[in-house]
Formats: sequence, C-alpha cells, structure tokens
Amino acid sequence: MAADPHTIADLSRALKARETTAEAVVERCLQRIAERNATLNAFIAVFGDEAREQAREADRDIAAGRHRGPLHGVPISLKDLFDVRGAPTTAASRVREDHVADADAPSVAALRDAGAIIIGKTNLHEFAFGTTNEDSAFGPARHPLDPDRSPGGSSGGSAASVADGMCFASLGTDTGGSIRIPSAVCGLVGLKPSFGELSTDGVVPLSATLDHIGPICRSVDDAAMLYDVLLGGGARPAGKPTDPRALRLGIPRAYFLSVLDPQVASAFDSACERLREAGATLVDVPIPHAGDVAAIYLHIVLTEAAAYHAKTLERRPEDYTPNVRIRLEMGRYVLGEDYARAMRGRELIRREVDAALEGRDGLFLPALAIPAPKLGVAMVRVGAVEEPVRNVMLRCTQAFNVSGHPAMSIPCGATTDGLPIGAQLVGGYGDTPGLLRVARAVEPIVAAGATAHAGYLGPGTSR
Amino acid sequence: MTIKAWLEMAIHDAERRGLPELKPLLEALAKATSALRTAEWNADATGDAVLNSDPGSRIPPDFARGKPDPGHGR
Repeated sequence: MAADPHTIADLSRALKARETTAEAVVERCLQRIAERNATLNAFIAVFGDEAREQAREADRDIAAGRHRGPLHGVPISLKDLFDVRGAPTTAASRVREDHVADADAPSVAALRDAGAIIIGKTNLHEFAFGTTNEDSAFGPARHPLDPDRSPGGSSGGSAASVADGMCFASLGTDTGGSIRIPSAVCGLVGLKPSFGELSTDGVVPLSATLDHIGPICRSVDDAAMLYDVLLGGGARPAGKPTDPRALRLGIPRAYFLSVLDPQVASAFDSACERLREAGATLVDVPIPHAGDVAAIYLHIVLTEAAAYHAKTLERRPEDYTPNVRIRLEMGRYVLGEDYARAMRGRELIRREVDAALEGRDGLFLPALAIPAPKLGVAMVRVGAVEEPVRNVMLRCTQAFNVSGHPAMSIPCGATTDGLPIGAQLVGGYGDTPGLLRVARAVEPIVAAGATAHAGYLGPGTSR
Repeated sequence: MTIKAWLEMAIHDAERRGLPELKPLLEALAKATSALRTAEWNADATGDAVLNSDPGSRIPPDFARGKPDPGHGR
C-alpha cells in the first residue's frame, strides 16, 4: 500500500480489498498509543488483547467474504461515559471507581454489530462538565500538537486519540459543544445530530435535555458512516453533496461573531470568501435572542446536573475534582421558577433558529471563538473582552444544544502557529442527513485553508 | 424570592456548609438569573407576555401569546 489510510472510507476500502489487515491496523494504533499516551493522556483504558482478537476475527470474516460494512475492522475509541460490558465507566471521576457496566450501551452495541473494534476508552473533563479536559481524576488530556495546550473538551481524550493516529474515530458526547469544540481544536470533524435522534442510554448523563452523542472523526464522509451505523443503519441516504453553487447559507453574525480571536475571525472570513467564490450565497441572518442563550443554558445544565449528582455530592464530595464539585454545587441553588423561565426561553431560541434557517441550507459560523487554550489558564482576553475560558469556548456551540438542531464542526484554517481552527454548520431540526449533504459540499472548499495535516496529526506529520 | 434575597440566602447557606468558594460563582449566577428574569419573553399572570413596549418587539407573535409550538414536539 502506498500510504497508510487516513479516513475510515480509505481504510474500509483497503480492508475489503485485502490490501491491509485489521490486525495490522490495530497493531499500529496500539503502537501509537504505547508511544504517545504517556504524553497526551488521551486514554483511560486500552483494550489491547480484546482489540487484537476482534481484529483477527474481522480479518477472518472479510477473507471469507463476510464484510459487514464500512466500520468492519476499524479501530474506534469511546469517551469514558459510554458503558462497555464488563468494564468500568469512570466518567473521569473517582466517584465512579467501583462501577462496572453490565451491558454495552446501545450505541456501543451498534458499533460492535457493524464490526468496529473498540480499542479503548478516552479521557474527558470529569462527568463532561467542562470544556478543557483539565479536571479529570486521571489528569488532563493534552493537545497532540502542543502538550501545554488543551485538546478541548469535554471529549478531549477522544479528539486527541483520533488526531494523533491512535484510532480512526471516537464516540463523544455533546451537552454544550463537547464534540464540536475538541473537534475544532484538534482539526477534526465532529457531528452532533438533532436532539433525541441517537440513544443516550448507557451513557453517563450531564444534562438530560441537552445531552447528545455523536462521532469525532477525520472527514464528513466518515461522520456520515458512523451516524448511519449509530442510527441502526436506518439513516436516509445522505445522497450527493449539495452543488456549492446552489448553497444558501445564513451567517448569524450578531453575538456569535462578536467575540472572536483575530486569527479565528480571519480564517472564518477566508472560508466565507472561498464559499462565495465557489458560487454559494451567504447572507447574514438574525437570531435575536442569541445573547440570552448563555443564561438559558446555564440554568438548564446546572439544574439537571445537580439533580443527578445531589446524592454523591452529599455522600462523597471529596471524590470530585474541586472545580467540578463547586460548579455542581452551584446548581443546587437554582430556583424552580428560574429553570422554568429558562425552558420557556429555550422554546423561543428554537423558533428563532428555525426562522434563521428558513429558505436556507444551513447556518455557517465559527465552531470555537479561540484556538486551543493553554492548560491552567482560567481567563482569556479576546479583543477588549476578558472572560472565563469556559464561557468563551461555549459561545458558538451551546445555542444548538438549547435548540436541539444538528450541528457539526469542520476544519477551516489554522493559526500562524499551526493550531487548527474550525467552522460550524447547523442544519434543519431532524434533518441530519441534509446537514451532512451540505457539509460534504462545504468541506473541500473550506478545507483549503486548513492545516496540511488537518484531521490527522499522527505519524509522519509535523508542525 | 427576589434575586437579592436569594443571593444572600445562598451565600449564607454555602458558608454554613463550608463552601465559601461558591460565593463568586453564585454572584455570577445571580447576574445570569437577573438577565433571565428581565427577558421580555417571560409569561405574566395578567395573561400577557411581559412584552417589550417597542412595537418592533423581537418576540414572534405566536410565542408571545403563549401558543404551543407547532414545530418539533421536542
């Protein structure tokens, strides 16, 4: 083979054509984990023996003509919120240290049925309650390009594992941006489908009405394949990419583009220009109450998270990391009437996102206002604004958890230091296949500004 | 409960529970709660939404009248 496969699509073709074997691919991934996990701290658990056995089984099946589809023989990691039968689901917390799952989460079972090889479980911000992955009982996960920086969060270990060549994709969760943020930070594609489309059973919750699951991977095609499998193979065919000349995209400029790192703003403007040059129509659209989203989100996520954690906050508070414990405690003081106000505000945001999408193929905006932040930094200055890192990191993504619309991050540029920058596409509610069609058209156009190695920072790459 | 009374009660309770580090977070939460309570889309017991008097109010009319969302059932 001329080069190692880069995407699941490439790998699947190579496996089916028997140009390589699942065993060889798994061995390379395990080797990469052995070399790099001490630095990146991406994995909490590695299932080496099981992965090797599953790989040999996949090779036998494929050789016998029993190819089960595009994920057959593909090594995939799981954020350690997903139940895997017989393994602990740690949620990166000592609170869960005695836990062992008695069954696979339905999403994990779907991946196994499709022949995917579960190579291990990845690090995260404790209980998914943070955007940097710094607060973890296992220590912080680190960015593949610069270990002094965050890989984003909360699915930070997942993104690091995919970006560094330790596996081909990861399953993450997204409550305020936890799939899209680390994907943007690490130069990957991250998909959050519509709310409720994919089962969150067997997944440790953060906020039941905001939680989503979805893939972190290296291309839109890979995201579509994983989405289809997670949906039980019942996804409406994504079909051909939308013709870029027919694309009508709305840019919700007010609020979402008002606090951006200059290099993010420049990369996003360049991406817009390339889309216009390709024939797409881009117009500014209003989401009039976007400025209220953070307050709405905060009252929902705090209340729902506090309800889940109340008992353990009383019984074993010392087992939480201090920052996560104190934020969970904050949720115990939210009044019911304010939660109700937030839920009413949420309905308004949903309608306004629907209205912004009216007559358009999608919304287009940055996925993240800043590049990968340094670990240990609490506040960040963006232009004249100094805000907590967490607030800035959630700014572009949390609206679509509040509204439930499908959204994805795709690479669109890089800083002068080579740190990836991501753009975000938002689709019509319940129309994740439509979002994927648009993303397939947009990806090659905006990727022209991405790093040479966007989506893969592993062996053979350098800054 | 007013936000002022709520904040005093919450800070007092947090200190009683040995969590003084909660104070700045509760103060930040109070600002967000204030924004939430003063938003013009809140419903009012008079039967009307607490609408902005500006005739160009940003609230969709159906939403202001409290009609159910015909959309997604979510």
